[in-house]
Amino acid sequence: MCIGCRACEQGCAQRWNLVWNETVGAEERLSAHKLTTITTHDGRYSRRLCMHCEIPTCVSVCPVGALQKTLEGPVVYDASKCMGCRYCMTACPFQVPVYEWSARVPRVRKCDMCRDRQLAGKPTACAEACPTGATACGDRDSMIAEAQKRIADHPGDYYPRIYGVREAGGTSVLMLSAVPFEQLGLRTDLPTQPLPSLTWAALSHVPDVVTVGSVLLGGVWWITHRREEVAREERRSKEPES
Amino acid sequence: MSEGVLTLPRLVGRIRSVAWYFWRFVFAALMLAGTCATWLRITRGLGGVTNLSDRFPWGIWVGFDVLCGVGLAAGGFTLVAAVHIFNIRRYEPIVRPAVLTAFLGYLLVVLALLFDLGRPWNIWHPLIMWNPHSVMFEVAWCVTLYSTVLSLEFIPAVLEKLQWQRTLAWLRVISVPLVIAGVILSTLHQSSLGSLFLIVPNKLYPLWYSPMLPVMFFFSAVCAGLAMTIFESFHSSRAFGRQLEMPLLNGMARLLAVLLTVFLTIRFLDLLHREVLGLLVVNRTETWLFWLECALMMVPASLLFSRHVRHNPLALYLMSLMVLFGFIANRLNVSITGMEAASGVHYVPRWSEVAITLAICALGFAVFRWAVLNLPVFEAKEVQGHES
Repeated sequence: MCIGCRACEQGCAQRWNLVWNETVGAEERLSAHKLTTITTHDGRYSRRLCMHCEIPTCVSVCPVGALQKTLEGPVVYDASKCMGCRYCMTACPFQVPVYEWSARVPRVRKCDMCRDRQLAGKPTACAEACPTGATACGDRDSMIAEAQKRIADHPGDYYPRIYGVREAGGTSVLMLSAVPFEQLGLRTDLPTQPLPSLTWAALSHVPDVVTVGSVLLGGVWWITHRREEVAREERRSKEPES
Repeated sequence: MSEGVLTLPRLVGRIRSVAWYFWRFVFAALMLAGTCATWLRITRGLGGVTNLSDRFPWGIWVGFDVLCGVGLAAGGFTLVAAVHIFNIRRYEPIVRPAVLTAFLGYLLVVLALLFDLGRPWNIWHPLIMWNPHSVMFEVAWCVTLYSTVLSLEFIPAVLEKLQWQRTLAWLRVISVPLVIAGVILSTLHQSSLGSLFLIVPNKLYPLWYSPMLPVMFFFSAVCAGLAMTIFESFHSSRAFGRQLEMPLLNGMARLLAVLLTVFLTIRFLDLLHREVLGLLVVNRTETWLFWLECALMMVPASLLFSRHVRHNPLALYLMSLMVLFGFIANRLNVSITGMEAASGVHYVPRWSEVAITLAICALGFAVFRWAVLNLPVFEAKEVQGHES
């Protein structure tokens, strides 16, 4: 349904008070001055924006909790907590968070799904700007139902899958396509389990290492030093006899 | 004999004094370049001094300064554990230099972080803004606590100089729990630096991405720590005119050979179980880098089992150097080269990134030298002893 008019980009730029012009429009990648973008793939259009994962990688890796998943769905960022380690950028499977590289007090930038607008009952700026209804906004379950309906109503027009239902454990942004998703440059090699579980498999053993490790090391210390003490006592008890 | 004739000792003396001026010049040049780069870092932000980008957010400041810096400092906890927990007393003379290396290493890592963090003034935030699901959070806590432990492990050298007997006695009381805490904290964060990359299964090349990353980071860090201690003994003996402790180095080299073999075995078994052995023969940059890294570990792993090699100072020195390079290659492969293909960009550090890294290293050497010349580092009388 997307006609590549870039109205979503303009709506988004307006919402964030960012400059949008033809040059910015032609840069088909996310950056500190462009939080959503249309991408072109052999005459077909796709969009990039934060996927707002159900169990977000960026939220799990942030050491200071600057990124949070809200109950309503958006993943939001609090710059005042951020120390700028950029682990979220390294970790994000969709390569979404971007950085203000030239700023002296830099921030991570990413789409926040217009949380303030949504709380006020309004659609996201991109959905509102979209003239064709290619971008729609609503409750996740109803959006999945809508996507299934679009696929069922026009079976020939759609690739029969919804991107984002299972990717990285599921996302709050869903995508439909006429062709397999990798032809639109979307990653299809992502695990269906949420990525934070990979880290947790190791991190959950920290208490084990601390307790078992302390006991073991304490035990080794006791044995090695006790051995020395016993040897010394034995030497001393023998001395008077000789 | 006239004055002008160049005898061998005189030649050596002259080369030494030339070398002395040469190193002073190098140090000054590195500091100057580092200062310029620091100025640019402050005024122009990260984008002005690094070649980092949205697609490649971590460069050599993370890959070398932090990952390698922490690993190379692992000699501290390894030797402390050997001497104070396993009670292998003969290593006592080299505990203090190893602890000093570790302590300086961690201070320099924090210094490097101040350059790399976008908002360095918030570096203390993890201490109050918790996220226990974050590996970075755990690393931040461990590094903070372990730096404290290291400072307490090294401070006896300062107190002995100042003759503060009461404080020394008090430190001796807490030394056992302190030593155990230090070993646990090191085990945790050395392995956690590997866990940092567990979250990027779709970005890190499969020769390096593995659920075993934390275990492999731990083993390779202990190897690097031992190699660093051997390497450092050679340089200290030359710089400060001390006798080489060959029997000690020999023993460490033997342990190093065993640990390297364990590490390499885990490494290849892991490739086998993940069914990616086929990648070892694919003609890609990653394959060559992987083999380079493994060769740098395999050669010392096999040669150090030989008594002849271990008893030959030059060979031993070269072997420890190879382990260090192998270790650095491993960390850079995991954090930089292994991540390049998926990122779609080619990252080469800018001059200013290299300048700051080198300046930090030079600073480390200079402070180490100062400490050795001014504090009882090598001639420790009784190191936190429990002897009668």
